[in-house]
Amino acid sequence: MDVVWFLVLSAFIFCIGAAGVMTRRNPLVVLLCLELMLNGGNLALVAFSRMNGGQAGQVFALIVMVIAACEVVIGLGIIVAMYRNRLPIDVDEMSELRG
Amino acid sequence: MSATGYGWLVLAFPFAGMLITSIGWRVLPGRLPGWIASAAIGLAFLASIGMLIEIQDRPEDARALIDSAWTYATAAPDFRVDFAIFVDPLAVFMCLVVSGVSFLIHVYSVAYMGGDRGYARYFAYLNYFVFSMLLLVLAANLVILIIGWAFVGAASYLLISFWYRRTTATYAGIKAFVINVIGDVGLVIAAFLLSDKTGSLDLTAIFRRAGEVFPQDDVTLVFACIFILVGAFAKSAQLPLHTWLPDAMEGPTPVSALIHAATMVTAGVYLIARMHPLFELAPTAADVGAIIGTATLLFAATVALAVTDLKRIIAYSTISQIGYMVLGVSVAAYSAGMFHLMTHAFFKALLFMGAGSVIGAMAGIQDVDRMGGFRKAMPFTFVTFTCGALALAAFPLTSGFFSKDDILAFTINRGGGYWVLAIVGYIAAGLTAFYAFRMVFRVFYGDPVPEARELEEGHLAHHDPANPMTGEAEDTDIGFPGPEHHIAERDWPMKAAMGPLAVLALIAGVVQVPGVSDAVENFLEPSFADSRFADTAPTVGAEWVGLVVGGLISIAAIGVAFRFYLRLPGTTDRLRERFSGVHTFLVHKWYFDELYDAVFVRPAATAGSFGRRVIETDFVQGVIVGGASGVVRTGTSFARAIQTGYLRAYALLVLLGVAGLGLYFLLTSS
Amino acid sequence: MWFEQVMFFVAGIGALAGALGVVMLRNPFYSVLALVAHLLALAVLFLLLNAQFLAAAQVVVYAGAVMVLYVFVVAYIGGADELLRPESGAVGAVGPVFAVALGVELCIAFIGTGLEAIDTRGPDVGGDFGTPSQIGALLLQRFLVAFEAASFLLLVAAVGAVVLARRRRGLEEPPPRREADAPVETLEVRA
Repeated sequence: MDVVWFLVLSAFIFCIGAAGVMTRRNPLVVLLCLELMLNGGNLALVAFSRMNGGQAGQVFALIVMVIAACEVVIGLGIIVAMYRNRLPIDVDEMSELRG
Repeated sequence: MSATGYGWLVLAFPFAGMLITSIGWRVLPGRLPGWIASAAIGLAFLASIGMLIEIQDRPEDARALIDSAWTYATAAPDFRVDFAIFVDPLAVFMCLVVSGVSFLIHVYSVAYMGGDRGYARYFAYLNYFVFSMLLLVLAANLVILIIGWAFVGAASYLLISFWYRRTTATYAGIKAFVINVIGDVGLVIAAFLLSDKTGSLDLTAIFRRAGEVFPQDDVTLVFACIFILVGAFAKSAQLPLHTWLPDAMEGPTPVSALIHAATMVTAGVYLIARMHPLFELAPTAADVGAIIGTATLLFAATVALAVTDLKRIIAYSTISQIGYMVLGVSVAAYSAGMFHLMTHAFFKALLFMGAGSVIGAMAGIQDVDRMGGFRKAMPFTFVTFTCGALALAAFPLTSGFFSKDDILAFTINRGGGYWVLAIVGYIAAGLTAFYAFRMVFRVFYGDPVPEARELEEGHLAHHDPANPMTGEAEDTDIGFPGPEHHIAERDWPMKAAMGPLAVLALIAGVVQVPGVSDAVENFLEPSFADSRFADTAPTVGAEWVGLVVGGLISIAAIGVAFRFYLRLPGTTDRLRERFSGVHTFLVHKWYFDELYDAVFVRPAATAGSFGRRVIETDFVQGVIVGGASGVVRTGTSFARAIQTGYLRAYALLVLLGVAGLGLYFLLTSS
Repeated sequence: MWFEQVMFFVAGIGALAGALGVVMLRNPFYSVLALVAHLLALAVLFLLLNAQFLAAAQVVVYAGAVMVLYVFVVAYIGGADELLRPESGAVGAVGPVFAVALGVELCIAFIGTGLEAIDTRGPDVGGDFGTPSQIGALLLQRFLVAFEAASFLLLVAAVGAVVLARRRRGLEEPPPRREADAPVETLEVRA
């Protein structure tokens, strides 16, 4: 397959993830959509790496995975803290950082 | 020491007195500030005598000396601004009168102001005033003249509002200052016009060149002289700038005696006399001065018939007598006008001192209707007050007799329209004699009022401290009059001041008896030698005719007063009822205050409140400040609206940014 | 060749289906499962791109560990159905539009780009392209700093997670649950 197909697919995945971040109100699902976006990026990285013949893109994607893991950990920790403090699990309710 | 050396001393002593009393006010105990201040003025008087002796030693045509201490700036060889004094007979005369009468008033004040919390401050102000007045009198150029003029106005303001917690006093001080400033503006404009055309600020240079630069009755010169008159009228309380002087009676009585009777208000007369070469070149302006002087003297005499506050009667009398002086110097009767200035200083200061003594006996009450029968209780005050009243009334052979009728004789001698002025002057002289003895008979004759009875028994009356005009209650702490009341019979400094003045009021006329001793005229002649009216003096015979007429009028008016007040008591009440309209008109001072209030004060207040409400609050704060900040606030509120706190909105913004960037790069790379 | 294409389309459709499932399914638990499916599809795609190690890592680490963690948390939280509320707000309506716009932009960028190799399969790479040894060598030689930093980051994240989620001894009872206007309700038993 041409590399460009993978890139188009990654674009679709990324945009679906973006739409999900903006649409969903459950923070857990928002985090999942963030994961989608990251994966879209990973796919693009790997595709380009294949196109260029170097493996730096793959290493990049690996590190991205690590970061995604860390981010998920922290995000879930926050959500657990929210739950513990009996706050509603809804991103629209967490709106006190406003101007 | 030379005459100008004495001149600097004359200035230095009051200045030093002011510094000592003002800097050392905390450490100087009791009445010491008063004695230090009096000593300073006494030394100034001695220095004036030194000036006199030195001047008289010189030949007649060399009696005008200028000495410059320090040159501030030089614009052209002739256009210099320097601190210079001008010593000539006129200046020496004024210095003698000012320092002499001031010395006596200082001594009087040592006792009168005893017990007041602001004692040292009072004497510092008083010395400052004398220094300023002497500076004005000795000024050799327009700059020093204007500086002295302004200082005197400031001293007047400080002393009128001396009892600063009294709102009537502070209002009176402001009124005096505002009207004085109007005069200052006039003087400055005149100074500009003169220095612009003649190219010099020095008085002698201006006088010398005025004849070359200005043709007779030149418009610029007339305007300059009229502006000088504006300044003179504001300072000397002539129509229409006279309304401040009666209100200035809010100040302590010695202040009224010094500033508003003997010295400051005469500064205007001095100014016209000093500027006489210009006025003679602009007869129109001199005529304006004469007419206004005459109108003023009649107006003030009529009002003095009706008002009931003792100090205000004397104040209107001052306005009237200065009208005589202004008339005198405007018709070129310079030595007569200055002579009347001197005698007026004596008897007016004496009258005020006597009034202060009476007010002390009345424990602060100034209303003539509540006084009566003090003859037995206060003999010294009675005698001295009557001496002053006799001089004011121009009773034959008193000092006022010779001086006032001298002016009127001169006026008649000018002929033509001046006859009218002279006749008005004689009419007002009759009124003057009447109201002078109105005061005497009201205060000292008749049944003794309770305060007089208490004094006869040996103790001073006491009332709760209150504002004499409005009756508001006060206390006796700082900013208000002190708790003590002083009368001449009990305090020797007051006696020591009033006694010599009483003697002078009676006998000072001997120095200028027409045909017998023309001391004043001869002394002042070198100053006025360049007057073109020098030879229009009336003959001795004509003067004596005028004197006799004046004397008769005076005696007749005193007789009428005697009848009204003593023989037929109640006559004045009946007259008041019959002519109630006229009486109201006079008591309201011909409604000048109301007129000025309506024409100047209300519009200014309306403009001010309009400015505050509309321009300041609505426009500047609302539109400009509020608008600017409102625009910023509105703009930023749009920016703030982005910070909603909603996560999803932020995500949208990020996405928009990315999409935007991508679009940009797409477009630019294709 | 045809196998690759078929696999590509299968995996691609799977990935897309998973992605759409994540976004559109109401129950968060179902969303997690959809993501797992998506990750597996992505792993297949990685394989197609000769990234073996990465595919394995994706399955083991991402789908295996991270998603399990997710499942635990979703189970703990309760993951109630999210009600469709009309007040999804302007963002909910406008967002997808812009996402689509971005997608279109990216596609234009990719398809219309002048990059040379993008229409090809890429160069012939050897058999050890994407093997763990290759990746490992790169990690320890060329990308050592990134490797170390990533491990440090993992440590920080672990510590942070512990701090965030620990229970504090000695504090008073947490305040009663503040109910928003009924978005996330516990399941009511309706009669």
